[in-house]
Amino acid sequence: MSLLKVSDLTKNFGGLCAVSHVNMEIEEKELIGLIGPNGAGKTTLFNLLTGVYEPSEGTIELNVDGQMKSIGGLKPYVITGLGLARTFQNIRLFKNLSVLDNVKIGMQKDIQYGVFSAVLRSNAYYREEKRVEEKAMELLRVVNLDKKKDEKAMNLPYGEQRKLEIARALATDPKILFLDEPAAGMNPQETTELTELIHQIKENFNLTIVLIEHDMSLVMSICERIYVLDYGKLLASGVPEVIKNDSKVIEAYLGEEI
Amino acid sequence: MKDRFKKTNLCWLAAIILSYVILTALMQAGIIDAVYETVLSTIMINIILAISLNLIIGITGQFSLGHAGFMCIGAYSAGVMMKQMPGMGGFLVGILIGFVISALVALIVSIPTLRLKGDYLAIATLGFGEIIRIIVLNMTITNGAAGLVLQKVVTFPFIFAAMVLSTIVIVNFGCSAPGRACISVREDEIASEAMGINTTKYKVMAFVIGAMIASLAGALYAGNFYVIRPDMFTFNRSIDILVIVVFGGMGSMTGSYIAAIVIGLLNNFLQSFAAVRMIIYGLALVLIMIFRPSGLLGTKEFTFTSLFNRFSKRKGEAQ
Amino acid sequence: MTVFLQQIINGLSLGSIYALIALGYTMVYGIIKLINFAHGDIYMLGAYIGFIAVTSLGLGFFPALLAAMAGCALIGVIIERVAYKPLRHATRITALITAIGVSYFLQAGTQRVMGTGVKTFPNVLSNEVFMIGGVRITSQQIIIFITTIVLMLVLQFIVKKTKIGRAMRAVSVDADAAKLMGINVDATISYTFAIGSALAGAAGVLVGIYYNSINPLMGTLPGVKAFIAAVFGGIGIIPGAMFGGFFIGVCETLIAGYGGSLYKDAVVYIILIVILIIKPAGLLGKNVKEKV
Repeated sequence: MSLLKVSDLTKNFGGLCAVSHVNMEIEEKELIGLIGPNGAGKTTLFNLLTGVYEPSEGTIELNVDGQMKSIGGLKPYVITGLGLARTFQNIRLFKNLSVLDNVKIGMQKDIQYGVFSAVLRSNAYYREEKRVEEKAMELLRVVNLDKKKDEKAMNLPYGEQRKLEIARALATDPKILFLDEPAAGMNPQETTELTELIHQIKENFNLTIVLIEHDMSLVMSICERIYVLDYGKLLASGVPEVIKNDSKVIEAYLGEEI
Repeated sequence: MKDRFKKTNLCWLAAIILSYVILTALMQAGIIDAVYETVLSTIMINIILAISLNLIIGITGQFSLGHAGFMCIGAYSAGVMMKQMPGMGGFLVGILIGFVISALVALIVSIPTLRLKGDYLAIATLGFGEIIRIIVLNMTITNGAAGLVLQKVVTFPFIFAAMVLSTIVIVNFGCSAPGRACISVREDEIASEAMGINTTKYKVMAFVIGAMIASLAGALYAGNFYVIRPDMFTFNRSIDILVIVVFGGMGSMTGSYIAAIVIGLLNNFLQSFAAVRMIIYGLALVLIMIFRPSGLLGTKEFTFTSLFNRFSKRKGEAQ
Repeated sequence: MTVFLQQIINGLSLGSIYALIALGYTMVYGIIKLINFAHGDIYMLGAYIGFIAVTSLGLGFFPALLAAMAGCALIGVIIERVAYKPLRHATRITALITAIGVSYFLQAGTQRVMGTGVKTFPNVLSNEVFMIGGVRITSQQIIIFITTIVLMLVLQFIVKKTKIGRAMRAVSVDADAAKLMGINVDATISYTFAIGSALAGAAGVLVGIYYNSINPLMGTLPGVKAFIAAVFGGIGIIPGAMFGGFFIGVCETLIAGYGGSLYKDAVVYIILIVILIIKPAGLLGKNVKEKV
């Protein structure tokens, strides 16, 4: 049984069909690339999968404890609760908060105390806050930001903001991680580091990763399978070697030589 | 746990006791006379109102202009109960009833309206605040426009205790996981939801807690000034509270304290220039906003931790 | 039925006034996203300028109307330049508090200069009464209505057909882009304030004639109602503000006419809240979802 199954997924905005009859099947621990020209509907597809938009047609099913559960149209926070986490194309950190607090907020859903404990500062409050702090620091060490835990997120350089977004998404304890252009705006060296980071978190956290990316060297080097979108439709899918040589993909997106 | 008795918490305890002792001593010595005692009560009640609104606006980022409505509920709950059951007993029951009603009303108001954003939310909450006042104005039990005349049951120690407790509740809330969730809603609602946070739940939570504390402030107002009329709770009152919050700095509880004190004293000082009082007040608001648009303290908060850090840093530099 | 028609007629007169004020709110909001809480007080100043023009200068209705419009336009521009311009990039709430400060200042200033009491606005228009099938219409009501419609047509013309109108629309969509296209953003904002304030000034004179009495605090409640009218129609949308103004006016008089005058304000708020819940961007507004 696959982990995530997308059947016939369609999204219309008025007369515009942003995503049209897309089918996808993602297995556990895969690393999937999602590519295509600008405006092909990649981010819209992410938004559908993570609940920001409601599908016009089609279903999205997630394997929850061995059962396929339909998650299309659920609220984003419910979907995150089921184990789908994401980053954003145009970085959406909590800008005025510290790096540490950004990650702590990601852990919100598994905090074991309520408002009364919070207000009365019960033992549960102190115990949980300590645990949250420790786990958040652990995640910050993974992305190498532990030394900057007290800085405001907005003051981090661009590349580190992207990494912090990944750490924050990891804090929600996901099964599938969606990365929307994680390497955008990074220099080659940062991209190399990022590639390593993605590999590392995939292994250490037992993750399935789906990423949108325009950097073809990154996509071709790390993705096990690739889906290509064009005008909202699925143009091709397969292993990098096949995609690289697919004439339709070359025509629509990659260009002649690669 | 030992965290509870760490140095900073003990410092706060000392600060609270010290300010209580000093204020009491000043009153005993007659330096704070009857007039200033009124000013002091007003300031403390305004502090409670401001920090409770700050929870909604500053921490959770939801622009409410209906706070006077919840104050009105608290004042009339206490007032009506004191009419049935004169004295402290009626007053305390009134506070509890005020809590229940304001929480329920806040729940009813917030679930539909908190889907609105920014200015739309502001105008919707303004509307709800006014509706509450108009209902109170037309009820028999509240004695309509003439209002209620009660007896004074609340004095300085009670208001002081209520202020300290309200502050502890709000500050503790703000520093906890639910508080962080509220802050994340203020910062970026979409990202917050993507982090698994049920944003509506936390907005409603902040709104209900804020409303309950505002109703407590209303009850204290009724118990201390013993005359209440519906026209004391118009949206102008909501705006007065908002001014304190913005002037102090949105999200900063310390700021709300300082702003409430400054504005309270300024108002009292301007009483002697009654004719031009509002002209000066209006001008002052404009000038303050132009020169300090993010308020006195911005989002900064006074903490003993930062004070200690500064001291140890200075010591380090000296060595 | 007669009661109903009568209240519709009365409501259209009251609604004209709300609509004229609401237009200023909506224009200013459209262009700089500011809830100009002092706008209701501009309307009050319009009434006072009209009052002075009629009593001290002995002017007639139209010259007084024009004087009030010109005076308010000037005051509106001065307020914008002095109080709001320095806050162009501040948070919305900061600007709102500033507007409240301006409002207090105008109210208290007028109280100081003109006295706190009520002034009687002289009858500058003959008030003939027409009875049509049991419904009472006064010539004043007709003039109020016609004046409002003419002003709205002029406004539509300015916004849709003139260069300054095009600049306004451009700035309201994207001030920075408009600036890059060579539009003088500051001047455009000033024009917007001038036009909005002139309309409020006209409303002030009309209300003076209609109710015969004016006072320094008269702007607060109609200001709030007009703002509700603007939000109701979809804030930033000119036809929305007109429609909202007439709608709120008619609702209020209808409720009062059927014995609910104690609750008329509450009902207005309830209607507003219901509309916002059903259509969060107002009746004519488009719901824009934030791009992710």
